[in-house]
Amino acid sequence: MKPAPFDYIVPQSLEEALGLLHDLIAQGVDVKVIAGGQSLMPLMNMRLATPAALIDLESLSGELAYIEEGNGLLRVGPLTPHYRLEESPVIARACPIITEAEALIGHPQIRSRGTIGGSLSHADPSAELPLIWTLLEGRAILATKTGQRVLRPQEFFISYLMTALAPDEIITEVQLPVALEGVGQALEEFSPRHGDFALAAVACQVSLDEAGCLRGARLAVGGAGPTPIDVSEVLEGYRGEAVTEKLALAVANQMVTHLDPPDDLHASREYRLNLVRELGRRAILKSYQRCLRTTDV
Amino acid sequence: MTRLGESTRRVEDPRFLRGQGRFVADIEFLGMLEGMVVRSPHAHARIGRINAAKALRMPGVVAIWTAQDLPRPCPIIPPRLSSTPELQLALQPVLAETIVRYVGEPVALVVATNRYVAEDAAALIEVEYQPLPVVGEMGDGAVNDPVNDPLHPGMSDNVIYRRRFVKGDVETVLQSAPHRLSLNFQVQRHSGVPLETRGLVARPIEDRIEVYGPTKVVHFNRSVLAQLLGWPIERIRFIEPDVGGGFGIRGEFYPEDFLIPFAALKLRCPVRWIEDRREHLMSSNHSRQQDHSVQVGFSDEGRLLALCDTIWVDSGAYVRTHGVTVPELTQAMLPGPYDWPALDIAVNVCLTNKTPTGTYRGPGRFEGTFVRERTLDAIANELGLDPIRVRRVNLIPPEKLPYSNGLTALGQEVVFDSGDYQAALDRALMEMNYTGFPDRRRESAKLGRLRGFGVACFVEKSGLGPWETARIALLGDGKVACFSGLAALGQGTETMLAQIVASNLAMDMEDVLVVHGDTDSVPTGHGTFASRGAVVGGTAAYRAAEVLKDRIIRVGAQALEAHPDDMVLKESAVFVRGVPAKKISFAAIWAEADRLGIELDVEERFEAQHMTYPYGVHCAEMEIDPLTGEFRVLRYGVAYDVGRAINPALVQGQIVGGVAQGIGGAWLEELAYDSEGQLLSASLMDYLLPGAPEVPDVEVWLTEDAPAPSNPLGTKGSGEGGVVGVAPALANAIVSALGISDQVACQLPLTPERVRTWVQLRKEGGL
Amino acid sequence: MAEFNTKSMSYVLRVNGREYPVTDVEPRMLLADILRDTLRLTGTHLGCEHGVCGACTVLVDERPVRSCLMLGVQARGRNIETVEGISDTDSLSPLQEAFWEHHALQCGFCTPGVLMTAQHFLKTHERATRQQVREALSGNLCRCTGYQPIVDAILSLVEDASGPTP
Repeated sequence: MKPAPFDYIVPQSLEEALGLLHDLIAQGVDVKVIAGGQSLMPLMNMRLATPAALIDLESLSGELAYIEEGNGLLRVGPLTPHYRLEESPVIARACPIITEAEALIGHPQIRSRGTIGGSLSHADPSAELPLIWTLLEGRAILATKTGQRVLRPQEFFISYLMTALAPDEIITEVQLPVALEGVGQALEEFSPRHGDFALAAVACQVSLDEAGCLRGARLAVGGAGPTPIDVSEVLEGYRGEAVTEKLALAVANQMVTHLDPPDDLHASREYRLNLVRELGRRAILKSYQRCLRTTDV
Repeated sequence: MTRLGESTRRVEDPRFLRGQGRFVADIEFLGMLEGMVVRSPHAHARIGRINAAKALRMPGVVAIWTAQDLPRPCPIIPPRLSSTPELQLALQPVLAETIVRYVGEPVALVVATNRYVAEDAAALIEVEYQPLPVVGEMGDGAVNDPVNDPLHPGMSDNVIYRRRFVKGDVETVLQSAPHRLSLNFQVQRHSGVPLETRGLVARPIEDRIEVYGPTKVVHFNRSVLAQLLGWPIERIRFIEPDVGGGFGIRGEFYPEDFLIPFAALKLRCPVRWIEDRREHLMSSNHSRQQDHSVQVGFSDEGRLLALCDTIWVDSGAYVRTHGVTVPELTQAMLPGPYDWPALDIAVNVCLTNKTPTGTYRGPGRFEGTFVRERTLDAIANELGLDPIRVRRVNLIPPEKLPYSNGLTALGQEVVFDSGDYQAALDRALMEMNYTGFPDRRRESAKLGRLRGFGVACFVEKSGLGPWETARIALLGDGKVACFSGLAALGQGTETMLAQIVASNLAMDMEDVLVVHGDTDSVPTGHGTFASRGAVVGGTAAYRAAEVLKDRIIRVGAQALEAHPDDMVLKESAVFVRGVPAKKISFAAIWAEADRLGIELDVEERFEAQHMTYPYGVHCAEMEIDPLTGEFRVLRYGVAYDVGRAINPALVQGQIVGGVAQGIGGAWLEELAYDSEGQLLSASLMDYLLPGAPEVPDVEVWLTEDAPAPSNPLGTKGSGEGGVVGVAPALANAIVSALGISDQVACQLPLTPERVRTWVQLRKEGGL
Repeated sequence: MAEFNTKSMSYVLRVNGREYPVTDVEPRMLLADILRDTLRLTGTHLGCEHGVCGACTVLVDERPVRSCLMLGVQARGRNIETVEGISDTDSLSPLQEAFWEHHALQCGFCTPGVLMTAQHFLKTHERATRQQVREALSGNLCRCTGYQPIVDAILSLVEDASGPTP
């Protein structure tokens, strides 16, 4: 298992990287960008990916690895590795669900190299960061040599391992809303082994009104379709209601009617639906509990 | 001074801890080339034209061979164990000639300057395949379906081997039994998957060849290579480097064991081949896949009356070196530690278009113990009895030992030699506080969790002969060299031998140099498998050390002018009893013996006429989350009687490590195929090995109640007892948690998805 | 200006505090292969080459990294530590001693990778629970020991925060 030959290119700036990408594609070269390589390198070692040229973005880490908070927005450089998200106090405060998720992502070795930009671009529907980004309706800034655009998760994820990224396009920033005071977030997932891609995962964020009833709520599911799926609409009908075990179960039951997960080697469709239902129930209750805790403080 | 029975540190460890182990991939010779095997992407196809011209033109590509370029007829690999005449029809050639029969079958060999180039070249070799119908499943379908022509010429159907054992009038007993149960069991295909993949380095030197890497049975593999090359064995030297785990699958003679030496000889230079993980999963021996249809008859008290089992074994596309070892052992060990009045056990070995199979740690017992122990719990459930009670009334009592169950395996009758099976069960239940289980179950129920307790009793076999030799020599510096025909696959063979020799000669084990796995240094031997190392090779070393000890005493007595009976060995020296000042060191003994012309280099051979049978009990207590089917093992314990432990820490390591592999086989691991015969689990992303978070802490209760009567150490093997009881212990714990039994937890692996399905059944049953 | 490399390249790697010239290698060469075949530091092992087994774990700038998922050229300018650098030649490190004492290895093939992961864990944890140690080891497969003695060995070097066992 060794990668096929490729030209190895180290750009000195983002601008240069975009220019090279554009030019090589114009010349018909099969070129790929590599960040941490934790998804791409296994594919290359198995020769399931055999790019003729590889543009290594790691040299741009000074420019593209950062975590910044301001104006209610969390802005994360695409080359920020998982371990920095895991250890960041800014993330822990502004988006605690990411801190929670990081402990579940792969293994320490993966988190040393893998990046947030790489995770979104790889677009595994059961991966944690794509799910959270979907849950929170984040934005991604995508750039080409000639310009940039901003995409929402629903626009960005197209199918299993497929995104709207054009061949000459690079994610230059990942944005997430800062969790407001009193908001509760939770991630529940089920994987065969610790650190594996989840068979199913549910992420939830709720906020409560003065009466302690449901005000805002968001809900998203991973591993149950070709992309992470935003099912927040299911919660719409429950605004103003008290968050109880019964409500959580009702929402979870309703949620699975929106899903059509695949059968594969590791789980059947039915089992995935069952997991989503149970994980959904737990995620709703857990985020509610967390809401209460933060509100009390 | 090292003692027997002491938990010493291992002599092997410092080199591994420093990264100075020498595994086969670490070996490098000047001018060494790299071999790579091109494998079939089809499960069953006729090979058409092979065009390697483009690949041969690549810079760095040295040679490419297909079956057409090999000596005719194409060399075929003979079985090592359990061979029968009918198996000859399905032996594997080293390269497929006209037909490929499984995904991963070798079709060509590329030799290049390195693996990168070899893979580039392999991608350019064009092989035409005409697909043929795929025999995907064993059983009646594979036999009777007209689509399924026999996979090999000369066979009438795809059942290559049948064997049936009958004791008593099973039919009548079953018909008249107060209770009967019919149960179907499935064990999934999985395998040993050592962390180090296979590999070889072959290096021609003058008119000889050195082969590095073939482990476990170097002498046998050397004789096979000699036979296939038409060479005398003296011209072949096999050398075993450090080995990254064996587990039954490694070290057998595989196609590459011919191809790589062949290429090295043709090219007159060293050639290395290192299997990658994908190749490993599709080409190294698979194991375990079996279906069982059980009928059992029993009394109101749970007394076992008759067992009838029809077993199907999926052997894959060829018969490899283990012959029918796995089916035979399944059949022979199926009755377990119970006294069955009547038995009818039929085994059918079926060929399919999948990777060929062989042994994996606990072969036949992992499968059979699951079937039997799960059956015992089903009986208990049927009668509303405690599963422990059903076991108690049926365990063979100590006074009935030695006990023959009438079956044979590996060429010998199964005679349980010594043991107190009841005592092992008592010990395990006491340690697990079984009497407190109902209270613990209620506590779990309060949290919405289902708590279960499962037990599995087993007897193991160990110490397969026919013999092993040990040569022990005192060296000039007062140290001792021990030459053994055993192999070391990671289990601490060097420590075990050093400890036996050192304790006998009253020296430190660090001063015993163990030499093994080099056919030039150790001309004969049978290697390490079937939990035979300590029993057979250890005993040979023990005996040789005894003989050497006598001679050392003789020399010492002469030198010290004292009577041999007054000699005491201590700290690598001979003393006169009661006179500490009168002593002579081993180094001086060597010089003295040299002067006297006394040979301090002895060889002893231990013939093991019969195997010896360790036994034990696995216990698991777990909680199930009924909503996801997830289970958590809260406590896991193994009571194991090893006869006599040479080094209890090594035995404990074998048991705990074995349980971890059992957890994999019971819960996670599966070599799954689709209907086209494509292997779906061809990476470690899809073949799920248990990691540190998945394996529970394991408590081991080693006992020495029943020393082996057949060897002076009294020791029994410990390599496989850790793996064989895991599946039934977990399955029975699931059954206990759910409170239902029929056709539940009869299918491995016990995935959370399946558990969840059984939880649903429980609800539907109104429980 | 961007750096283009096609057929072969030369660079310097800093491994265990020493600078090693790496000359005339293809950019596709994996860090693991550079360490093993070019520098002959064969203590780092390859068990799967697709980032699951962890046998090839080395430290890169003090973080555990799978050297089968990193190109050799990507390690330029980094501090690489391998099993060969854990102790000097005279004595074993406390971690290695603990592994020896606890029988935390059998075949020794996964051991170098496990040791590197453990090095990092010990550097970042003064106290830990069994579960934390097990999770930290989740990226290192071992097929021999059942992990238990490895966990014991690592826990012997930190304050055990596990609390009483059930």
